[in-house]
Amino acid sequence: MEREVGATGTSDPEVAEPGERKRSPGEDQTALVLEHATKSFGAVHALVDGDITLQWGETHGLVGENGAGKSTLVKILAGVHQPESGRLFVNGREVTLDGPGASRAAGIAVIHQEASVFPDLSVAENVFIGREPLRSGRRIDFKTMHEEIAVIVDRLGVRLDSRRIAKGLSVADQQIMEIAKALSLNASIIVMDEPTSSLSAHEVNRLFEMIELLRCDGAAVLFISHRLQEVFEICQRVTVMRDGRHVFTRPLAGLVADDLVQAMVGREVVDRAAGGGQQMGDVVLDVEHLSREGVFTDVSFTVRAGEIVVLAGLVGSGRSEVARAIFGIDQRDAGSVSINGRPLRAGSPTDAIAAGVGYVPEDRRQQGLVMAMAIDRNIALASYDHLKRKGLIWGALERSFASDWASRLRLKYGRLSGNASTLSGGNQQKLVLAKWLGRNPSLLIVDEPTRGIDVATKAEVHRLLEALAAEQGVAVLMISSELPEVLRMGNRTLVMREGRLVAEFSHSEVSEERIVGAATGQTEPADNLAKTDAMGHGTP
Amino acid sequence: MAHHESTPARRRRPLLVAEMTNPDGALVQATESPQRLVDMVFRLREYGIIVVLILFIAVTTGIQPRFLGQQNIKFILLNATIYALLALGETMVVVSRQMDLSVGSVLGLSAYVSSNLFGQVHGIPIPVVFLAGLGVGLVCGVFNGAVTAFARVPGLVVTLATLYIIRGIDISIIGGGEVVASSLPAHFSAIGSDSVVGIPYVSMVVVVVIAAGTYFLRSFRPGRELYAIGSNPDAARLVGIPIARRVFTAYMASGAIAGVAGVIWASYYGTVDSTAGTGYELTVVTAVVVGGVAIFGGSGSAAGAAFGALLLSTIATALYALGVSPFWDPAFDGLLLVLAITLDRGIALRLAEVMRKRTFRHEP
Repeated sequence: MEREVGATGTSDPEVAEPGERKRSPGEDQTALVLEHATKSFGAVHALVDGDITLQWGETHGLVGENGAGKSTLVKILAGVHQPESGRLFVNGREVTLDGPGASRAAGIAVIHQEASVFPDLSVAENVFIGREPLRSGRRIDFKTMHEEIAVIVDRLGVRLDSRRIAKGLSVADQQIMEIAKALSLNASIIVMDEPTSSLSAHEVNRLFEMIELLRCDGAAVLFISHRLQEVFEICQRVTVMRDGRHVFTRPLAGLVADDLVQAMVGREVVDRAAGGGQQMGDVVLDVEHLSREGVFTDVSFTVRAGEIVVLAGLVGSGRSEVARAIFGIDQRDAGSVSINGRPLRAGSPTDAIAAGVGYVPEDRRQQGLVMAMAIDRNIALASYDHLKRKGLIWGALERSFASDWASRLRLKYGRLSGNASTLSGGNQQKLVLAKWLGRNPSLLIVDEPTRGIDVATKAEVHRLLEALAAEQGVAVLMISSELPEVLRMGNRTLVMREGRLVAEFSHSEVSEERIVGAATGQTEPADNLAKTDAMGHGTP
Repeated sequence: MAHHESTPARRRRPLLVAEMTNPDGALVQATESPQRLVDMVFRLREYGIIVVLILFIAVTTGIQPRFLGQQNIKFILLNATIYALLALGETMVVVSRQMDLSVGSVLGLSAYVSSNLFGQVHGIPIPVVFLAGLGVGLVCGVFNGAVTAFARVPGLVVTLATLYIIRGIDISIIGGGEVVASSLPAHFSAIGSDSVVGIPYVSMVVVVVIAAGTYFLRSFRPGRELYAIGSNPDAARLVGIPIARRVFTAYMASGAIAGVAGVIWASYYGTVDSTAGTGYELTVVTAVVVGGVAIFGGSGSAAGAAFGALLLSTIATALYALGVSPFWDPAFDGLLLVLAITLDRGIALRLAEVMRKRTFRHEP
């Protein structure tokens, strides 16, 4: 799109557009071809027809809903999974990747979606794990490791201490570490599985600059993301997958986001715009002068019954932390929180739940669900005081309660007694919502409710939250990093910057430019920020 | 790679680098200084135990000057030597997020089998006896490792089972009998008692072994991979570390080491019955944790664990020297364990707090 590859990028004669790289005539432009790959896990056909073709010097987008087979395809390229059939060519030669080592040897580096960081090892060891340079006596040559990383880090133009342990690195720094790993491998095919899902806008920009750097050096980059704007911004071609099958591969020029969405979903997504004129009830949540030293300062706002208030802001601006302090997970140093006029005790989630607050955390796998527990028990978890008869919890009562909520939220599951981990990401999020809705909350706090969820389920979650507010008069406090979602959902939008509330917009006033401007402290938002989703999530 | 000639991935592009913006630069810088603090504290954690040890000895000597007598030092060191050796094997297992609870039983079985050889084979050379002990330990370790690594049963449960199984085998072999000290040749008993200026020779050998083990864990690939497995098993799988093989090897080493420790135990105590080594496993795990090895794997060193063993052994002897009933010894070990873990946790939380505030303050 309009992004420039650094000021020197376009004038540098060696920077190539895809397909224009200097190569001897007749040489193959193709970096990697995967043909008709299939992979099943038990009865689940994760990949039915996996096809991908990467060229040198291109960034290739791979999009599809959750469960479309993207991650399986990535794991085949990583050598983690072996396909049951299909052929893989790297640089024109057919290869079989029977393990992560074989994949590395073929020049492929994969940056996995789930954090593949060893928190107790140093950055250098994380980069070189399993293939450390050796000196005499097969001892690890730590000196060379640090020197090589210094060169790579210098080349990327970032700062990263290779001797520190990885514990405590930000997600962005972890990704820099992964990219350093790819570079140290001398990999020419780099696969990134949702690298931006936990990054702030600044960090995404920095990542994109690195991707461009790699691409201009002639590498082939496979870029997987749920955020279509990013695909349009960074990629030259895109492959769409649906239900484990290849749908199409096309140049992005001439395509619009709706084309991709339709190809991903196989139908049109109904996504009606939020109205601004719901009937508001009384004040449900009243936050006054809330402070937590070093995290946020003097935050005051209210949420009324039937109202959806969105908290927007950059990474580290303190949004999630405010939510955690309201719910009582974190202590507050000053200020008060009341629900329906009743003050909440500081630092007591029990008190908050009793007062009718539901909290859907940012990290649903770690904090929102008990993954190794049955679906029905997860739903009933917050409602046991209603499910008790004569002091005991009755299984039948629990099950009927759970199946009632599962059908109301149109949860897609195998068996209610199956573990929460058997559900897809979108359905897991519905499960967390079901847990709190079962308590009939008067305030629902949702932190990044649609991150990593496919387009169709996302629209469903949006409708669900709107219905809750409009029909049941629930007060909703929502934290979101996706500007379209902020614009669509918020009756009011509050913007935080550096731990303070800096702006408030009504539904009619709000715009992407205004949010970005307030969040970054600029009156005129930077071009590159306004285009894409400029929000970061609030991981401390 | 054939395409490397045509793919100039190594080429550096300083111009582009210079153009790159780094809006988070301040954040990166801000998080660096608390990180140094973290590294320092983790290093201190291992030195800290030495400080505690010295303090403890100083206080005890202040109250009871005879505490630092040659006989006491020798006793403390010999006692610690066996635990420290066991702790080396245990460290290898614990850093990979597993646990070996069978070491006490393995030690007992090996002590009996090896020392009993003197009665059965007249004039058997001592190296052969050591090999026999090693062999007993190796067999036990291979069983633990195979079930844990290849049948994927949690090692804690496997070794809890083998703790009883091996002890059962030990009891059924020995019955009510025992190997008595008088049946052992003098040059075998000398292994556990000969010393120079109060320092037993066997302790010196074990110090070298532990130093070698520590160096191996720190500077060789299989060693580092044990830490990686304990630090993040899923990531270890993704980068292709042979997890099963590494865990298997760790259990095998722990078993073999416990086997050798059994022979040293027999030479030191002389009298071997079916209760030899009972309860050692928990003392060893305590020593490992007190010595700074994370109970859920990923960090800590064999040297630290050895100092942990030395501290426990010193406390036991000091209590005796101070006239405290030896029945209080386990209570002190437990107290020390709680203190060590609370301290670790407290430091971690405090550091998180410091990092939180510093990061925030430096944000642009």
